[in-house]
Amino acid sequence: MEIDINRLDLEFQAKIDSGKTIEPKDWMPEKYRKTHIRQISQHAHSEIVGMLPEGNWITRAPSMRRKVTLLAKVQDEGGHGLYLYSACETLGISRDELFEQLHSGKAKYSSIFNYPAVTWADMGAVGWLVDGAAIMNQVMLTRTSFGPYARAMVRICKEESFHQRQGFEIMLSLCNGTAVQKHMAQESLNRWWWPSLMMFGPRDEESTHTEQAIKWKIKLKTNDELRQQFVDQTVPQIELLGLELPDPAIKWNEERGHYDFGAIDWDEFWRVVGGNGPCNRERLSARKEAWEKGAWVREAALAYAEKQESLREAV
Amino acid sequence: MNKSLYDYLILLGDSPLILGHRLSELCGHGPNLETDIALSNIALDLFGQVRNWYQYAAEVHGEGKTEDDIAFLRYEHEYRNVVLTEQPNKDFAWVIARQFYFDAWHFSLLSQLTESRDERISAIAAKSIKEVTYHRRFSSEWVKRLGDGTEESHIRMQNAIAHFAMYKGELFEETNVEKEMFASGTGADFKVLKTQFDSFTNEVLNDAGLEIPQIDWTQRGGKQGVHSEHLGYILTDLQYMQRAYPGMQW
Repeated sequence: MEIDINRLDLEFQAKIDSGKTIEPKDWMPEKYRKTHIRQISQHAHSEIVGMLPEGNWITRAPSMRRKVTLLAKVQDEGGHGLYLYSACETLGISRDELFEQLHSGKAKYSSIFNYPAVTWADMGAVGWLVDGAAIMNQVMLTRTSFGPYARAMVRICKEESFHQRQGFEIMLSLCNGTAVQKHMAQESLNRWWWPSLMMFGPRDEESTHTEQAIKWKIKLKTNDELRQQFVDQTVPQIELLGLELPDPAIKWNEERGHYDFGAIDWDEFWRVVGGNGPCNRERLSARKEAWEKGAWVREAALAYAEKQESLREAV
Repeated sequence: MNKSLYDYLILLGDSPLILGHRLSELCGHGPNLETDIALSNIALDLFGQVRNWYQYAAEVHGEGKTEDDIAFLRYEHEYRNVVLTEQPNKDFAWVIARQFYFDAWHFSLLSQLTESRDERISAIAAKSIKEVTYHRRFSSEWVKRLGDGTEESHIRMQNAIAHFAMYKGELFEETNVEKEMFASGTGADFKVLKTQFDSFTNEVLNDAGLEIPQIDWTQRGGKQGVHSEHLGYILTDLQYMQRAYPGMQW
């Protein structure tokens, strides 16, 4: 039996190495299944918790055009949550269980959403920086080994790059506006910069999952490589906006062919991941409240569907 | 400026604006993901329609007026939405009952406006009716689901339907401008509106096993600019950026 599993394992890895996708009905190591449930659900939870900071600005958007695009964007995030929960369900776990894990704190979501969106400029900075950082991770995932996840990511990436452009365009309007607007943009960039860099996760030497993740094509680059890529891509955009760099240590390094940047406050990172960020409690309680208040609605929908079903059977 | 036409367009745009605002407050807080997305979708449709009405109104007004001036820079008494649309999202049954009454009226109104002699109005109505057909189906299906779901959902839905009955009368109170627009072939026939509304809502409520509220009075005032206490708070949110940072481009 032991030998058989070893053989299955080898065949499984060979399949991934040859570029084939793993589908829900295929044999997979239990660890692969668990890792994917963890990662896909974490991603799905990030989408729906991510609706909250931006959702907070829909009613206050400054123009009808901005209101409609923001609402559409937040709605897209709900849609992403939906595809991802569905992809996760193919691994043999129910959506209710996944929500239970989120609400109990067992499952995590992206820590970035534990920061507050306090000005309109944050709708620009979140789209530009947060969605920008997310895309770097997600583009890799369009080529990941688990088929339903890879396919969901293709669609998500298209929409995310649209969101990123929208965010940048909000920043551009502010930077081309009055001094007050430009100040709003700068202040927002300064606040979101470091948490955005933290989105790539701990330094490579502290990242526990990287090696296995690369083997299964959940990751094609390490956290530090992606973080560097993000800085290299974003610094010229900051300059284009005419904003000041949010970190005085940012400097082009000719030898490395990359921008150097300052030290990340990892204490803050671990504190927020551990539950003690500015909005952790608020975000989780908003999700729980929506779920608990909606219980009677879901029960009614189920009861109604059952009644309709038995009526159809009776006919 | 054709003041009657301008006033009429404001009447057409204000109710979907305020209802869209209420629905957009729910984004991210729905009872499940599918419903959350559907309610945001309805809000998006309504805002799209509002923009069409206000852009037309801005052109009729002239003098450089924009859709945003109309949406964000009026005083409370200048908003002409029905008071039904301002009512808060107390629970999901409230959201559905408010939507159900509004959609039944809105569908019938837009159906008539597709025949308007004003080509721009008929074009906007023709585009909007497709969306509102879906809204009306969504809200009436939920009325049935909650009405005939569990004991708890039945009670909640019945209470919400009874509560919002006092707001529906205003939908059929014809202002002078609406009379004028009907007479000129631009607007809707309110008698037809009322008949269609009653027949549709009665049928759905019967199917849902809900009692049809018997009520002989109505809350009113919105269409004359006299609102419930809720509108002030809505405008505080809606107008915040435009009031705090006047005259800027976003």
